[in-house]
Amino acid sequence: MNVLKEVRSLIRKDLILEWRSKYAINSILLYVVSTVFVCYQAFKSVDPTTWNALFWIILLFASVNAINKSFVQESHHRQLYYYTLASPKAVILSKIVYNMLVMLLLAAIAFLVYSIIFHNPLADPLLYLCAVVLGSMGFASVFTMVAGISAKAGNSSTLMAVLSFPIVIPLLLVLIKLSKNALDGLARSASYDELIVLLAINIVTIAISLLLFPYLWRD
Amino acid sequence: MKSYWWKILGLLLLLYSIIMGLLGPVPALPIVHETIRNVYFHVPMWFTMFTLYVISVVCSVKYLSSGNPKDDIIAVESVNVGIIFCAFGLISGMLWANFTWGDPWPNDPQLNGSAIATLMYLAYLVLRNALEEEQKRARISAIYNIFAFPIMIVLMYILPKTTDSLHPGAGGNSGFGEFDLDGMMKVVLYPASLGWILVGIWIMTLRFRIRKLEYQNDTAAS
Repeated sequence: MNVLKEVRSLIRKDLILEWRSKYAINSILLYVVSTVFVCYQAFKSVDPTTWNALFWIILLFASVNAINKSFVQESHHRQLYYYTLASPKAVILSKIVYNMLVMLLLAAIAFLVYSIIFHNPLADPLLYLCAVVLGSMGFASVFTMVAGISAKAGNSSTLMAVLSFPIVIPLLLVLIKLSKNALDGLARSASYDELIVLLAINIVTIAISLLLFPYLWRD
Repeated sequence: MKSYWWKILGLLLLLYSIIMGLLGPVPALPIVHETIRNVYFHVPMWFTMFTLYVISVVCSVKYLSSGNPKDDIIAVESVNVGIIFCAFGLISGMLWANFTWGDPWPNDPQLNGSAIATLMYLAYLVLRNALEEEQKRARISAIYNIFAFPIMIVLMYILPKTTDSLHPGAGGNSGFGEFDLDGMMKVVLYPASLGWILVGIWIMTLRFRIRKLEYQNDTAAS
């Protein structure tokens, strides 16, 4: 109960901080929109398989850039102060939830812009949306922990990419398969396996993050 | 004799598996023909790699709870040796695939999964180089190692089994047990696997002892 209260106030703090500056969210939204536009100018028209893969690649790079900063935007001393107030589990959980909210917004806008600029008929929009929601939550939970690790190691963006891309590939493979099913309008029952695997990956990464983060934050 | 009997056992098992693997009877099958003998050399590489990665993750967990630098050195040396065995597994598999599937790198989930898992363990080594301070390096890389281990399991052992793969035992292909009706291959394969695992652990302990001496020299000098 105590942890939940801490998580809630930490998320509120992150949201207020972001709302005051609006720097991170605006820059990342601009990043997504301009990437979509560059891809549109380069490809003009694409077949459904490429359309799908391109969308996930855009989202992957956007989420790496968005989540990379989550542990370094505040000063070291202020973070120490948080750790004296809240338990490390509350800190990581609040970061994961906050990043999930950011990713959901990001994915929604990316999907909107992408499907307006790139016309492509979706056979099963609901399932595709479901894949987008689960995928952005999965990206958030995997990248938050890796961002914590790379923040401790000097936080170069190269290190973040090197550490996170191999880890995120299974998630990405399942997502591309699921969204391809939705694109082609296969029967829903063909995608249950992928949905279960996605949920399982989310739960496992959050559980491991909760277990390991208490060892990570100490300096 | 008490402490090194398993090294002799490992060498004897390897000798046995090389002689029996090249001279022993094998089932006559279409397409694979005599290349089926590669089972004795290709499969044990992956068993050994997996054993070493398990040792590594166990030592990482132990390091987080104890803080003993010995556990950290075992963890990193297991990964170093495991990557070598993974490379041998990939090379022997590519040779084999060239003869039976017509292409050294067919688009097979098992191949891609193991290549990506190798990238992950190489990233672990890169992460260690990025950190200067010893205790911090040990702790953070242990965390990454534990985080990466379940992903490695998913990549190498779960995804290839659920999708179509050229490997036996996946996507409707018959498993290894069906080729080997009278069990004459098991008699060689299991001892070979045990032998390679023992030799892999032996190499790891040698590297561990060198690193431990270096570590003791460094701490004694400073």
